[in-house]
Amino acid sequence: MQVLQVLVGGVAQGCIYGLIALGFVLIYKATETVSFAQGDLMMLGAFLGLALLSGLGLPAWAAVPAVIAAMALFGLALERLVISPILGQPAFSIVMLTLGLGYVARGAITMIPGIGTETHALELPYRGELLQLGGLVLAVEQLVIIAVTALLCAGLYLLFKRSKVGIAMQAASQNQIAAYYMGIPVRRLNSLVWGLASAVAAIAGLLLAPITFVHANMGLIGLKAFPAAVVGGFGSLPGAIVGGLVIGVVEALAGFYLPEGFKDVTPYAVVLLMLMARPNGLFGDQLRKKV
Amino acid sequence: MRFVFKTSYDQDIDLFKHGGQRFWYGLLLLALLAAPWGVDDYWLAQLTFILIYGIVGLGLMLLAGFTGLFSMGHAAFLGVGAYTQAVLAAQGWPFPLSIAMAALLSAAVGAVVGLPALRVKGIYLGIATLSFGFIVEEVLARWESVTGGNAGKMVGALQLELGGWRWAADTDASFYFVCLLLAVACTLGVLNLLRSPTGRAFVAIRDSEISAQSMGIHLAYYKTLSFAISAALAGVGGALYAHKIRFLSPDQFNILQSIDLLLMIVIGGVGSVHGAFLGAIFLITMPQLIALLKDGLPAAIGEAPGLQAAVYGLVLIGFVLFEPLGLYGRWLKARTWLQLFPFYRRGLFKRQKAFQKSDRLK
Repeated sequence: MQVLQVLVGGVAQGCIYGLIALGFVLIYKATETVSFAQGDLMMLGAFLGLALLSGLGLPAWAAVPAVIAAMALFGLALERLVISPILGQPAFSIVMLTLGLGYVARGAITMIPGIGTETHALELPYRGELLQLGGLVLAVEQLVIIAVTALLCAGLYLLFKRSKVGIAMQAASQNQIAAYYMGIPVRRLNSLVWGLASAVAAIAGLLLAPITFVHANMGLIGLKAFPAAVVGGFGSLPGAIVGGLVIGVVEALAGFYLPEGFKDVTPYAVVLLMLMARPNGLFGDQLRKKV
Repeated sequence: MRFVFKTSYDQDIDLFKHGGQRFWYGLLLLALLAAPWGVDDYWLAQLTFILIYGIVGLGLMLLAGFTGLFSMGHAAFLGVGAYTQAVLAAQGWPFPLSIAMAALLSAAVGAVVGLPALRVKGIYLGIATLSFGFIVEEVLARWESVTGGNAGKMVGALQLELGGWRWAADTDASFYFVCLLLAVACTLGVLNLLRSPTGRAFVAIRDSEISAQSMGIHLAYYKTLSFAISAALAGVGGALYAHKIRFLSPDQFNILQSIDLLLMIVIGGVGSVHGAFLGAIFLITMPQLIALLKDGLPAAIGEAPGLQAAVYGLVLIGFVLFEPLGLYGRWLKARTWLQLFPFYRRGLFKRQKAFQKSDRLK
């Protein structure tokens, strides 16, 4: 029974990783670059939620959509101002750029006097509720995370598989100039993707805040989402969730069975093994270059 | 402007292209040699750190700037070098042997990390090295019998023993000279490596793996070699760092340190040997500049803890957007402007428009 409890905790934690990984995959699938600022965007979303809920005292049903919309706009603006000028440059430039954005976001938040350096609780209505199910104790927060993640993943999957916009995004990621020639508005799509990714990051931040509290360094959890994205296969949306679950469960089990200290390393050991055995991940596409 | 009249192919790979360079670098070396008498203790320590970070930066530059493989776990190699040196120095190994051992061990670890580099590219490699960095940090924290764990490890002063002659490099100045010697040696080593077939193979791999391979370059061998050499340089830097800082703990070698190292070479200028040292100068002197700036700012901003991170981030973004060649590029432009004076055109260094193709198919 205890193992089952550990497993459920692992699954919920894994959903968090999956949710952040979803942001990575979204950007990777559409622009083939990786945003290291994803975790920090999540942190910004959580702080914005804090400002609206606790600062302005808005009810949750108004605050949550407002945060998501505001972060989506923020992502659009970010892409226009910072990312689009180096469109087409090597991935290394964009990685460094997003690392810089992360630095700025963390620095700017810690610079807010009295708020930035503290840890805060986000007062969402379902926070702290427990659910008894047989012998299992489930936190409602974890169930909400799992449900929202599943919904989000399904929605994004439909976007990329069924909608014109999604397919155009994939085309733009494979060959920008060819996509231009085919009449795909590559620049507009890139902005859209960044808006979408920051909205996803904001959702992740709002979901994560009730369990881990809101603080300036909460974005560093994003570094654990990389293994999730790789295990699932970087360009695959369901893969992100599955990868997140794998990482979360492995980590929880390692914390339960192995001596102290192994818990934090297992995600990275798993990802190294994965890269050695199957660099494309569980759900990654196998692509071959034709000469 | 100086025109060099080349009469043989060998002149293409000369270390010094003309007498002017020989003069200026000689002057720089003299100034560095005279520094202990010219600056106070504080700035001497800063100079020593610049040299140490410069050595580490050279290693990362070789890997990221010249071979095109980027590592997000470079602090791990720094850590391996530092702890190796600390342990061996405590056991009484002579310095030349122990630092060679630190470099060798780091190189061995680097070669192991280089193995995934044979299978994965781009961002996957970044994540592989990131994971590796986490694992090394955790090993340093848990292997308490050797590393002292999270409680940290004290390192003694540097002892030099050659033949019967014994010299304790316990003053700041003498340690500075050891660092200077090693920094000059490493720089010359890297410069010579870059003009050898190996270095040219590295650059070829960076520019295009497929064409490098078709020219007969063994990708696996050269990538692993690049990782090993880069890690060895980081190990040397780490060994000196251990003696300079005198106290090691695992959190000095974490992911944030790795990112700082990347920031250093990007700001210095990716793909130039100068860039490694310019980046080190930036990384070491920036906190000072920010402290100077603080007095001019309102207290609410000046006293905030996040100021340094925010400034680093803004500078990094500025360089990636406006000056991809980094500080070295700035210098290059200033020099070209002076040389060409009335004929300098604005578009001389303009970046070519580029379009991205899928990395997955590369």
